[in-house]
Amino acid sequence: MSPQRRTRGSLPGSLPGPENIHREVLANGITILARSNFSSPSVTISGYVKTGSVLDPDARLGLADFTTSALMRGTRQHSFDALYNALESVGASLGYDSGVNTTGFHAHALVEDLPLLVRLLAEVLREPIFPAKEVEKLRHHLLTGLAIRAQDTADMADLVFDGILYRGHPYARPEDGYPKTIKAIRREDLVQFHRHTFGPKGMVIVVVGAVEPKRAAAVIRRTLGSWKNPAQAACEVPGDPRPVRATTRRHHKIAGKAQADVIIGTNGPRRTDPHWMAASLGNSVLGQFGMMGRVGKSVREESGLAYYVYSNLSSGLGPGAWTVSAGVNPVNVERASDLIIRELRRFVEKGVTRDELADSKANFVGRLPLSLESNAGVANALLSIERYQLGLDYYQRYADRIHAITRGQVLDAARKFIDPERLVVATAGP
Amino acid sequence: MPKTYAKTKFSNGLTVLLKEIHTTPLISLWVWYRVGSRDEVPPLTGISHLVEHMQFKGTRRFAEEVMDKAVAREGGTRNAFTFLDWTTYFETMPANKIDLALRLEADRMVHSRFDPRELASERTVVISEREGHENEPMFLLSEAVQHAAFRVHPYHHEIIGDMADLRTMRREDLYRHYRGYYVPNNAIVSVAGDFDSKEMLERIRKYFGRIPAGPRPARLSRTEPEPRGESRVTVEGPGETAYLQVAYRFPAASHPDFFALSVLDSLLAGPSNLNMFGGGGISNKTSRLYRALVDRQFAVGFSGGSNLTVDPYLYSISITLHPKRKPAEALAALDREIARIQNQTVAPGEIARAIKQARANFAYGTENITNQAFWLGYAEMFASYAWFESYLQKLAAVTARDIRKAAGRYLQPRSRVVGEYVPTGNGPAS
Repeated sequence: MSPQRRTRGSLPGSLPGPENIHREVLANGITILARSNFSSPSVTISGYVKTGSVLDPDARLGLADFTTSALMRGTRQHSFDALYNALESVGASLGYDSGVNTTGFHAHALVEDLPLLVRLLAEVLREPIFPAKEVEKLRHHLLTGLAIRAQDTADMADLVFDGILYRGHPYARPEDGYPKTIKAIRREDLVQFHRHTFGPKGMVIVVVGAVEPKRAAAVIRRTLGSWKNPAQAACEVPGDPRPVRATTRRHHKIAGKAQADVIIGTNGPRRTDPHWMAASLGNSVLGQFGMMGRVGKSVREESGLAYYVYSNLSSGLGPGAWTVSAGVNPVNVERASDLIIRELRRFVEKGVTRDELADSKANFVGRLPLSLESNAGVANALLSIERYQLGLDYYQRYADRIHAITRGQVLDAARKFIDPERLVVATAGP
Repeated sequence: MPKTYAKTKFSNGLTVLLKEIHTTPLISLWVWYRVGSRDEVPPLTGISHLVEHMQFKGTRRFAEEVMDKAVAREGGTRNAFTFLDWTTYFETMPANKIDLALRLEADRMVHSRFDPRELASERTVVISEREGHENEPMFLLSEAVQHAAFRVHPYHHEIIGDMADLRTMRREDLYRHYRGYYVPNNAIVSVAGDFDSKEMLERIRKYFGRIPAGPRPARLSRTEPEPRGESRVTVEGPGETAYLQVAYRFPAASHPDFFALSVLDSLLAGPSNLNMFGGGGISNKTSRLYRALVDRQFAVGFSGGSNLTVDPYLYSISITLHPKRKPAEALAALDREIARIQNQTVAPGEIARAIKQARANFAYGTENITNQAFWLGYAEMFASYAWFESYLQKLAAVTARDIRKAAGRYLQPRSRVVGEYVPTGNGPAS
């Protein structure tokens, strides 16, 4: 059994904060954050490097994703099989995923295997060799993934939505590309993309688990402190897209499906926008709180039109999106869309009630212990602190920040971003 | 190993399992009922799952949305699951708010209303849930394979039920099902987290102790005869990607062979992640089937695993075919691997590796209170919590001879169903 430590009555002290997070910045630009958790003999690593699909050339869409997927296909020291053998033999896991502005990595292991895990993580980032045979194998996997995407109503509605909302903007482009662009990518493109965009500048790595923070940081320093890449290009976060001028509807037909997916939305705040917290609380009322908020009540509970319907605030470093999504029978697309738009109209006309705001505030504050119980939960929190420069005491000041938000601020945020007469309505299905 | 949990039975037949974990100020409460899709006959397939949905639609004391909102307001989370053998409900709450969850669960054990108007909208919600599943080729294929595998035993239908029954089952059918199975002597309460066991037991007694016992519901028990030959099923549907599913008859979780089969599964398909919640997960890229199917380009992906069931169920291997391969080629490659494990003794190092992987997954699972409370009750549904606690020891006792014998006994073509999803193309472009 794992060692047990009592924390009863010590909740405030157990929140991440400057006194229990170790943060250091290495000379090569890597930021390390570490926090201990001895409740289980395991350790989690999360982080990112500053490269992503925003750097994809138009003719090679999917290049960042292809490169990232190919990182573990072989390094100077390990073949694909040898690499996974080292990890899986000790029950560890390591994976990389390409995003728009950053490329993430996630790993976990028993704490006894932390040095091995960090060594392999660093090796894969620094020394991938992209073996030609493995690249071709992977190409087939990616093309099959795209064939499956073409049949996925939610994925295709999402693609259509982004294409309209971000027209002319880098975010309009799918991160996993198109079949023709994946076919056009050569092995040399992967080598060059890695050489010119992967590097220590702007990299963040978080370690949470049964290890003293300073010891964890020392392990990182030893393996990644010497990494240099003078050729590393900057990965700039793009500016805002053009605003939506009029409601635009587009349907993507996928024959033979039982259900259609609907996405209705518009531009949303960046995570660093001063309106973000108010928008986030408003979003909870709109389509999250309890059984998916107001849209859940209207579309699911009262009308029985959908198993899932929810609102989502997608906010990162770049321009965000504020959406409501639902899966409905094809004959109910219009009815469900009308109900959702009616809720959006009500949301921007009247805002949220005192009780609704109080409920969502209580939820945001009350769920903190639940979201921070596992190593992965704490690692995510630390990553957000660094990514958005929230300050090490962010979670300790969190309740005060939430409680300070007023109904007026929620209404302002709703009106700033949502105009019910200027929406993107994307659907995919039969 | 010292006993780490307490098990009590109240005079009304309710079984209570408690496990103190003081790592974080959370408590997770689960209420389990011995009723699932295997207790259903046509025209009432899917009734257990629809009853589970109706359990969120209000009681005499609490209106529908009051319950969800109350839990969310306190920072908790709640959900429910219906499986082949059981139905379960949970709340994970900040430790000082657990009384709310106890009150809600005790109340809906007896007082749910099953309002006909609520049923009308929830029926279409569940139909929508099924339509969402029907969008997925793998659901369509699995449903056909499951049906082909069980002619007599009620494991033969999908948990969500057949569309015909979802459309026609009546309020009185649902209410009878609810009142028949939702009695304390057919239920288990499992609680893990930051509490004192003596105090918690008294709280549970306060809320659940006075609920009268009912007649112990009989379970459907129709033994499936031994298969007398391989079955083949074909499902056609949209898309470009072909899938294959091969399902072997496997013993119940309480069968002595189950542990050898767990190691066998780990060698063939990679370590199964037993954690319903929280961290974990180990990739399967050095498993025998990955090397045989994916590395050699018969498939672009696969998964394998069994379920922990009361009666013998299935060990399923699901394969996403490589675009240039035929299903028969992938099946032949699978058969070669199965023949290898039947005819050649496994090296001790391979078994030791599987044990270490299981140990790591157990460690990841202990990061999460909800996962630990889940296991406390789940194991009781098919065996006992002692089964879970001795799992690693039992795995460690498995020998190479046991594995070879189990592979020879259970992985026979005559006791399997081979299902094939034949893609019919993308249809007319939009």
